[in-house]
Amino acid sequence: MIPFAGWNLPVEYSGLIAEHKATRQAAGLFDISHMGQIRAQGKDTLSCLESILANDPAKLKDGEGHYSFITNEQGGVIDDLLVYRFSRDDFFLVINASRHLEILQLLKKQETADVRFSGNPGSAVGMALQGPQASAILSKILQGASLPPRNHIAKFTLFGASILIATTGYTGENGYEIFSDIPTGPKIWTALLEAGKPLGLLPCGLGSRDSLRLEAGLPLNGQDLSTEISPLEAGLGIFVDLNRPRPFPGRSVLEKQKTSGSPRICIGLEGQPGQPPPRHGYPVFQGNKQIGVITSGVPSPTLGHGIALALITTPPPACGQEVEFEVRGRKVPAKVSHRKFLKRK
Amino acid sequence: MNTPNDLLYAKSHEWLRLEKEQATVGITDHAQSALSDVVFVELPKTGRKVKAGEVVATVESVKAASDIYSPVAGEIIAVNTVLPNDPGLINREPYGQGWLFRIQPEQPQPTGLLSNTDYAATLTR
Repeated sequence: MIPFAGWNLPVEYSGLIAEHKATRQAAGLFDISHMGQIRAQGKDTLSCLESILANDPAKLKDGEGHYSFITNEQGGVIDDLLVYRFSRDDFFLVINASRHLEILQLLKKQETADVRFSGNPGSAVGMALQGPQASAILSKILQGASLPPRNHIAKFTLFGASILIATTGYTGENGYEIFSDIPTGPKIWTALLEAGKPLGLLPCGLGSRDSLRLEAGLPLNGQDLSTEISPLEAGLGIFVDLNRPRPFPGRSVLEKQKTSGSPRICIGLEGQPGQPPPRHGYPVFQGNKQIGVITSGVPSPTLGHGIALALITTPPPACGQEVEFEVRGRKVPAKVSHRKFLKRK
Repeated sequence: MNTPNDLLYAKSHEWLRLEKEQATVGITDHAQSALSDVVFVELPKTGRKVKAGEVVATVESVKAASDIYSPVAGEIIAVNTVLPNDPGLINREPYGQGWLFRIQPEQPQPTGLLSNTDYAATLTR
């Protein structure tokens, strides 16, 4: 167990690599109760969120969700989040544990009689069921109820309680995120583990969650994103909507970055087997010149060599070009690659 | 956690096995378990003279890189050349085939190291 944003979280249950492989080949179950769950309700909810979120929530249909950002005036990322719409006056936000109180406070400042935000840390349970067997396992305990399509959310009743199931995740696999009240959470967890056991399901900790998300090229706030890094620099400009009329914090900075380019850009790096793996904070070189720094790096359990996201001064070296990163005073070869290190099935 | 009684231990989770004038060094069962699956090992060059407490090797799991300190001062006389191709040996046999390096200690009687019971006590605190 390690301390994480005020929570104690397991790094692993049975072993990081075993958990990682189970999620790729069968299924993994992750406790994500530390993540912030915020409900936004009232007749002005949509217009309020439109003035806060970088991806336009007005694009969402009822029951649909998408990835978005809460940016600061400098265009940096305060948090990345998933935004789900039940209806025009009822939205559900899932945010990072480390930003939960800060975001809740920021949202509450926008409260009026017609838009209310609720969801304190520790008031609900979340879990993610991910992997090729996720749908079979979840269908077993829901007894045939039809699951929402990808990037959608729906309400279900389980163990007599109302729960939410979203077809989203943080592993690059198909899967679900399930949100419930506290008493119902452990019942769902146990039922899923039991239903999934014959199919190869393993409970998974924070360790494999990190290696899985990085193989899928998904960013981690605090490393690949920060208040000093814009979504465009992180290579995530497609989740920022600059075509709508309404302003949001940092919009003008992001518009400038879109038209004249950003000073830095996130690229993928692939190391070699038998070489030390890339890690957060290692400098990246092209020839003798430092061109950037690794924001996340890990020895990929699927690929058998190191993979990393790195924030590089523009223009970045092209895909396939050789660069080096520095480990303990020694330079190690790497190749520039796409940020999605695994092809999505 | 397994802590054999014929070894000496450093608080930083290395073990030392004295054999006549030489010694073998590895990491403890507790250390390998805390690291989880080891995927990369960087070993010192033979002939290198090291101080007690000096960083001499690095063991990396998926989640992190960990420095390994020499439990005694001396000269590195051999390294486990099997490890780079099979770093998982450290997890499977931390006190056996998963050893890291052999050292010729400067002093015949190492100081500042712990017995197995004293080391085990540091883990439960």
